[in-house]
Amino acid sequence: MDKKITPLSKLFLAIIFFILYAPIFFLIFYSFNSGDTMYDFEGFSLDWYRELFQDTRLFIIVLNTIVIALLSALIATIIGVLGALVIYLAKKSQTKNTLISLNNILIVSPDVIIGASFLILFTMAGIKLGFYSVLMSHIAFSIPIVVLMVLPKLLEMSPSLIDAARDLGAGRWNIFTKVIIPYITPGIWAGFFMALTYSFDDFAVTFFVTGNGFSTLSVEIYSLARRGISLNINALSALLFLFTMLLVVIYYFITRASKVNGMGVRKR
Amino acid sequence: MGRVLAMENKLTRHLYSIPYFLWMLLFVVAPIVLVVYYSLFDIEGNFSFVNYQKFFTPVYLQMTLSSFWYAFLITAISLLVAYPTALLLTKTKHKQLWLLLIIVPSWINLLLKAYAFLGIFGTYGAANSFLKIIGIGSKQILFTDFSFVFVSVYIFIPFMILPIFNALNELNPTLLDAASDLGASRWVTFRRVIFPLTLDGVKSGCQVVFIPALSLFMLTRLIAGNRVITLGTSIEQHFLVTQDWGMGSTIAVFLIIAMVLIMILTNTRKRGV
Repeated sequence: MDKKITPLSKLFLAIIFFILYAPIFFLIFYSFNSGDTMYDFEGFSLDWYRELFQDTRLFIIVLNTIVIALLSALIATIIGVLGALVIYLAKKSQTKNTLISLNNILIVSPDVIIGASFLILFTMAGIKLGFYSVLMSHIAFSIPIVVLMVLPKLLEMSPSLIDAARDLGAGRWNIFTKVIIPYITPGIWAGFFMALTYSFDDFAVTFFVTGNGFSTLSVEIYSLARRGISLNINALSALLFLFTMLLVVIYYFITRASKVNGMGVRKR
Repeated sequence: MGRVLAMENKLTRHLYSIPYFLWMLLFVVAPIVLVVYYSLFDIEGNFSFVNYQKFFTPVYLQMTLSSFWYAFLITAISLLVAYPTALLLTKTKHKQLWLLLIIVPSWINLLLKAYAFLGIFGTYGAANSFLKIIGIGSKQILFTDFSFVFVSVYIFIPFMILPIFNALNELNPTLLDAASDLGASRWVTFRRVIFPLTLDGVKSGCQVVFIPALSLFMLTRLIAGNRVITLGTSIEQHFLVTQDWGMGSTIAVFLIIAMVLIMILTNTRKRGV
């Protein structure tokens, strides 16, 4: 392949980058508008941010989102690590493959189907829609990604490590806590982090299983956006943009430290 | 006594697998079974195949067909933009950095990106001011199928670029030298060597774009008004607006079937996702 890039291809790449980033910076730019439209920039002001920080309802929604994300990521990580062990310790390779296929169903399923089927599930089980239904759904769709982050670490671990521990008299519990866990820790962190971001970003599933009284940030943005332009959302998106950049940096360091072949791109 | 101990030992040995299997049963198997089960009940709760009959009426068939058409358009345009982009990216100096910059927008909440286009495509928005300047004049852009396809392509492009970039990156450069030594022109090299060898990347790119394109209901709601109805929009409508869960489940069953077919078609014989 010739390594030279012609000016024309440089222009092409520049246009692609412009299209990718322009809408985002456009949003952020108008968050500083003292007027209230997204086409007429009247002057610089921080009013929308001030309004954002005084909005207690929104503050509670942000807290909800954070609590759901942390709790669901934590529980999903625990169950996911156990799940990766189940797959790792399966004796027949056919069992292994079946388990992996079943594991991946929720990753490839469209969100609408996950949302709708969970809605049926919670209704039939008599679980009230609200905090707990949202929490359970987030745990459920985060577990498979944790498994996928941890399993490669388990597979690359040399079995002689476990044999050595056993020869030295370690019990099963000791092998698990002193040999396996330290070895797969980078994978666990990557899994926890992915679960966290999945939960933060989820809209469709939450939209189905959240009742009237409970809302997360994504659902709130959707209902605000359906009502039309409000520069509150722009100010919010500027803050979320900064937060996302922070996540990207953390993600970059986690993948570099763990050499997990990260998916990089998000599912939704 | 010994036997009881052995049994207990076996039990505790498998205790750790209970949470994971419980999850699999409750949140993977049960939901699929429940969707199929619900599709067999009409809106009054009687057992019948009326939903399936309804699905094969022109109204629903046309909706399905147009949903597939839009998904096809979105996938095709994404591919046409993503392939050259990925190819050029592999030729840049700091290619991993550029790739990261392509991926970053995919981390930003999808709803915010859709919302940005409410402003850009609006009646007085940036797109219309641009059209006025170049002399075309302002047009209705928002709530048309054009805006739906454009925003979808915008959102899916990083997801299409990544697998193609990875496939191109793994390509052995000596193959290209061999091709040119054997007298292949650049176009022939691309058609006979580069493209066939990166087909797996193209396939997984198409897979991660096509399935969401069939089902993202928030985009059609925000950007296309009610002009475009995809399978996803229709499921959302039946579950949350008209409360006809039976019909919603029936459409969901067909969406699952479509998903499985696409997965088989784009099977890349690779492990994992």
